[in-house]
This record gives sequence, C-alpha cells and structure tokens, in this order.
Amino acid sequence: MAEVAAAGPRPQAADAPEDGWAGFSDPAAYVRARPDGTAELDLVVENLHCPGCIPRIEGALTRQPGVLGARVNLTTKRLRLHWRQDAAEAAALLGRVTAQGFRLAPYDPDALSAGGDAEVKALLRALAVAGFAAGNVMLLSVSVWSGLVSDMGPATRGLFHWLSALIALPAVAYAGQPFFRSALGALRGRRLNMDVPISLAVILAAAMSLFETIQGGDHVYFDASVMLLFFLLIGRTLDHRVRSQARSAAENLMLLRAQAASVVSADGTRRALPVSDIRPGMRVLVAAGERVPVDGRIRQGRSELDTSLVTGETLPRAVEAGAEVFAGTLNLSGPLEVEVTAAGEGTLLAEIVRLMEAAEQGRARYVRLADRAARIYAPAVHLLAAVTFAGWLASGLDWQPALLIAVAVLIVTCPCALGLAVPVVQVAAVGRLLRKGALVKSADGLERLAEIDTVVFDKTGTLTLGRPELVNRAEIAEADLALAASIAAASRHPLARALCRAAGPVAPLGAEVREEPGLGLAAVSDGRELRLGSRAWCATPLDAPESDSGDSELWLAVPGRAPLRFAFRDALRPGAKDMVAWLRRRGLALELLSGDRTPVVERVAETLGIERWEAECRPDGKIARLNALAAEGRKVLMVGDGLNDAPALAAAFVSASPSEAADISQTAADFILQGESLAPLGEALRVARISRLLVLQNFGLALGYNAIAVPLAVAGLVTPLIAALAMSASSIAVTLNSLRLNLMERGARP
Amino acid sequence: MNMLAYLIPVALFLGLLGLVAFLWSLKSGQYEDLDGAAHRILFDDEDGPDKPGNSRSE
Repeated sequence: MAEVAAAGPRPQAADAPEDGWAGFSDPAAYVRARPDGTAELDLVVENLHCPGCIPRIEGALTRQPGVLGARVNLTTKRLRLHWRQDAAEAAALLGRVTAQGFRLAPYDPDALSAGGDAEVKALLRALAVAGFAAGNVMLLSVSVWSGLVSDMGPATRGLFHWLSALIALPAVAYAGQPFFRSALGALRGRRLNMDVPISLAVILAAAMSLFETIQGGDHVYFDASVMLLFFLLIGRTLDHRVRSQARSAAENLMLLRAQAASVVSADGTRRALPVSDIRPGMRVLVAAGERVPVDGRIRQGRSELDTSLVTGETLPRAVEAGAEVFAGTLNLSGPLEVEVTAAGEGTLLAEIVRLMEAAEQGRARYVRLADRAARIYAPAVHLLAAVTFAGWLASGLDWQPALLIAVAVLIVTCPCALGLAVPVVQVAAVGRLLRKGALVKSADGLERLAEIDTVVFDKTGTLTLGRPELVNRAEIAEADLALAASIAAASRHPLARALCRAAGPVAPLGAEVREEPGLGLAAVSDGRELRLGSRAWCATPLDAPESDSGDSELWLAVPGRAPLRFAFRDALRPGAKDMVAWLRRRGLALELLSGDRTPVVERVAETLGIERWEAECRPDGKIARLNALAAEGRKVLMVGDGLNDAPALAAAFVSASPSEAADISQTAADFILQGESLAPLGEALRVARISRLLVLQNFGLALGYNAIAVPLAVAGLVTPLIAALAMSASSIAVTLNSLRLNLMERGARP
Repeated sequence: MNMLAYLIPVALFLGLLGLVAFLWSLKSGQYEDLDGAAHRILFDDEDGPDKPGNSRSE
C-alpha cells in the first residue's frame, strides 16, 4: 500500500492510482496527431524538483526508437513528447518515465489559460525595443549634453535630434502599447489608473520633442520618454512573469488531479475518457478508492462515500443503487456503476454555481493601491501644469514657451517611480511566496490580504487534514492492534488505512480477507472468523459505549471476546494550533464555519481556542455569515477547501485554499497553500503586510522626488539633462527600497 | 565631424543586430525555461537528451 507519507506532501496522492499515472491509465485521449504521421503529447510531471531529473526523463524517452524529441521544462514542470506514431504507443514510451517514480498527467495545452505566456512574450518584445531605443537615444543625448558646453554646432545638434526622433518615435509607438491600451480601457470605463498619466507623459514628451526638433529648439525629451517606457516595462514584465509562474503551478495542481472516467459502453467494454467528454446518460464505473468523476445516480453497487470535500462532513455516508452522487466524493469500499445525470437544478452543484455567480457579482470592486494613488496624482499634476501655463501667460510670456514649460512639468513629474512602486515590490513578494509554498493567483491578492482583520476558517480539510487518525490507541493492546491492522491492510477504506498507519508495519494475516461494502472485513484464521468493521457487522452488544463524541469507529470481533472499539478522529493539520495562536496574537478575529456536525466542530474549536464557531453550515449559510461580517465593516480572509466553501471563497474580501482543495474552490481562491502545514498562510500574511509598507514607502519616495523636481519645472528651469537624471535616480531609489523585502523577511515567524 | 557619417550608422547597426538577435531568441523559445536552461549546460552530451536537432519540438 502506498502510504501517504511516502507519496509526498499532498494527502490526496493516496487516492491516486499507484502506477505513476495521476488519474490516468491511458494518455491516448490527449495525443495530438500531426499530418506528417508524428504525434505530440503534453504532460505535467509531478515530482520534478531537481535539474538532475531533466536528463533522466529526456534520456529515458529519446533512447527509445521512434521518439523525435522530448523536452522537459523545469520552470513549468511540464514535458512535451514528439514521436512517430507508427513506432510506438504513448503509454509504452512513458512507461520508462513512470518506472523511475515520476508521476505524469497528460493535458490539453489549448485548454490552459494560454494568455499569460503570450502576454509575457509581448512584454519582452516591447522591452527589447524600448531597451534598444533607450540605449541609442541616450548615446545621442549624452553627445548633445556635452555639446552644449563644448563646441557642437547647431547643425550637428539638429542632426542628433532628428536621429533621436527617428529611433524614439517608432519605439514609443510600439513599446508603449501595453500602457496605451490599458489607459484607453480605463478611460472608456470612466476610471483613472496609473497608465493614464504614464501614457500622457510619454506621448506629450514625444510630441513636444518632435515640435522642438522641427523648430530647432533645445528642449528635446526623447531620451526621457523611451527611458520611462524601458524602466516601466522592466517592472511590468517581471511582474507578469512571476505571476504567470505562480498561475502555472496552480494549474499543474489541478491537472495532476484531473481524472479520466472509466466509461462502460452498451456491450460491456470499458474505455477511459477525459471527464470533459462525458455526456449525460453514459455509465461510469468508479472503483473503490477512486473519486467519483461526475454527478450522477448509482445504478449498481453498494458502498460508502467520503463526502468531506463536498459537504465538510467527515463521517462516511452509506449509499446504494438509486442514490445521487456528486463529483469529488471519494468512493470508499465497493465498486459503483453510476449513470451520469446533467447538472440539473436542485442538485448541490447547481446551488453552488448559482451562489458563486451571485457572490462574484456582489464582490466589491477593489481598487488597487497604485490606481488609488493615480486618482489623486493625475488630476493634481494636470491641474499643476494648467496653472503653470496660465501663470506664465499672465506674466507676459508667449503661449509657445509657456506651453513648453507646462509640458515640462508633466514630464518631470513623470510617474516612473510611482509606476514602479507597486510592481517591483510585487515581484519580490510573489517570487518569495512561490518558494515558500504560497501561490498568489490574483494580481491584487497581496494588497487585499494586507488589509484583513478577520480570518474565517473551514474545518474539514483546512484546519484538519480531512483524514482520520486513531485516537484511543492507549486503550488497545499491542497484539489486538497488530491483528486488526493485518486485516485492515486488505482494504482502501480510510479508517482501515488509518489503522494501518497507527500500527506501523505488521505481519500479513496469511488468510484471505473478504470485504463487504458498507459493512466491513472478514477473514478466517486458525478456524476463527475475525471481523473488522461497523457496529452491526461485528454484532456489538447494544450497551457498548455510544459514539456521541462524533468520532468514527471500527470494531474488531474475535470469537469468544467482547468486541473491541477503535475510535478515529480527523487529525489537525501540523502547525494548525500554532498558526491560530499566531493569528490571534496579531490581533485578528477568528471564526470557524463548518458543514460538519456540532460535537466535532465544537471540539476542534475548543482545541484551537477559536471562540466563535458555527456547525452544520450550508454554503448559503457561510455566505450569509461573511456578508454579515462585511456589513460590520470587517475585511475577511476566508480559508477553505471544499466544494461547499467555493461560494464563500468567492464572496470573501480575500481567500485562500489548501492545494488539495476542490477544483472549483482553487479557482475561486486568491491564494493556494501548498503542503500539509498551514505555515504558508502566515508567511503570505507577513509578506503581504511588509509589501504594503514598502509600497507606501515607495509612494513617499516618489512624492519626495516630486517635491524637489516640481518647483524647478514650474519655474521653467528644467532641462532634458535634469529630467533624465531625476527620473533614473528616483527609479533606482524605489527599486532598491523594494528589494529590502528580501532582507526584512528574517523576522519572527509563526 | 565627418567621422559621424560612418560611426552613427555603425552604432545603430550594431544595436539593431542585438535587438534582432534577442527577438530571434525569444521567438525560438529560449526564454521559456530559464531554470532548466541554466542547468542543461552541465549535462553530458553523450547521454543524448540534447542531440542537435533532436531536442526541440517546436
């Protein structure tokens, strides 16, 4: 039995088949045939951690006949295989990789949000063009500046200005597009964002410089406009890049869990189909230990279902023919044949989807810090420029030089430092959290996380592992535990597995074990019938202690002895207690909202010291509580994993999910916490608060810079040289300040 | 000052060359796996994963 500990940090790995395929036994459904007789297949490689794995995987593949190419991408942890289709089957080729212990999951690259990669590429191209232009224009500008104090003639200066225009104008038109598009979008929506003043400064600087060049004047700011673009594009590219990395890591989590459904056709044959190809009316076989891939009704079979991911309930539910089942529940004991039903109204899933849509509409549109700054900054600067123009006109200057001075004000208050203030911090913070196991999915997630004052937890799968542990071990004799574990080894039922984990390695029973779905296990050894299972299965006398505490139980019946009770409880996540205590010390209000039964929730709340808790919450109940908190003016971080938490995650101010959460919850959450421990949550909170502090400091730096530069500009004393120096200096100051994030990390940790 | 007639085109041409080289490297996918690329140089060629013309599936 592949134990959880051996399968890595993600508990749900225990649910996966053990042949190296995450959910899939046959990747054929994802093979893309090409017209020249070759085929391609994309896969996610789960446990690809070190660079040394690259030659192991690629070598194993390229040494086989028919393989044309195998390329591992260490950054995205994905593999692309290209081979001649007549030479080999994909499954056979990849067998050599899975044999080395790598777990693979095929995927369809077109189904991924390809937007991220294309955007990073477009930004890199713009960055290259801006860099080329900035370098060459600066070369010419430095000559002009030194020419102003030496002997450069007006004709040469004019030539240099024209050359600068020739380089800068096309570069601005191309590299400025990301800013222009975003600014236009904001203006159309009657909003202001940071890109509006940026675009305006770049365009005005270029236009005024062209005008000056034609007039043969000295105030030519081509260098300032392309350098502004270059600096800002560096920040923006890094920002997109690190977030696209976090996003692809989050996608991998889901791809690795994507299941194939085993479809039974009319003549009884079976084939594996991706879940997306399943249609209502098909019949799907779900083996014991597998997750139910679809919503449907049971046609045949009897089993128990673990619905913790759907409802938060930890006790398994017995089901038989005719019962409705939901995608995401775990089939525990017997094989089931499920007829797929459309997600009709009235099902739990339909309710979840409806609630999520409502929650997303209701979610207040959060305005990012930079855009809030832009709302004050842009009108202020434009007003200042207008006042400057009017002031110089009134003091008797011609309109042309007055306009030049006004535009110089706009350029010198250039939003370079302001535009860099957020992305540079963001890059440092998101990259750091990526390494610490917290994936930041939404662009403004960190900013919102920094503002929270309340944390609402789900219980099952969030504060607990959603996995039972033996709790009354002290009452049980070692020999009995070993005997029970040797019977339990035959089953994939979570209680049986918990028993095996608690007992450690035991000698095999040496007798055949029979499993009765929904009841328990039986084995005949030394002429005695041993039974392990439910209360009824083991003929437990009625006066045996009731499980009022909400613990799950197994009974061991040995002829001639009273049945023995094993009690199980959902174990807390490692570090959950410390994390809760740490959050409380930081002054955050804590709440527990669970779909589980009252005694269980009460006990967990008590253990962790959370005073406010609610049990048996339905999804709409969770939303109602969150709305009530929001109405009080609280900013709530919701942490949850189940399908029933998804609407609440979408409704909360900011949300986080563990990596084994239901797909729909992971999609809704702003943060994904990897690994078993809750430590990444504390790390994310700390980094978010430091980031906010650094961003505010950056705004302060930009303001300080403007306090010096603006009076000079208004007085008409700014030259292109001063503008270029001031801009570089302020940008470097802001960048250096942001990089302090990596120094400040070594503070106290939970 | 006549030297400028040669030097400026030469400088611009060199800059453009760098720009084109960068755009080419971007297009050919060399920026897709920076972590992996940093380590690939250390692998033994005889192992074969990186045979020329064999490694890239465009």
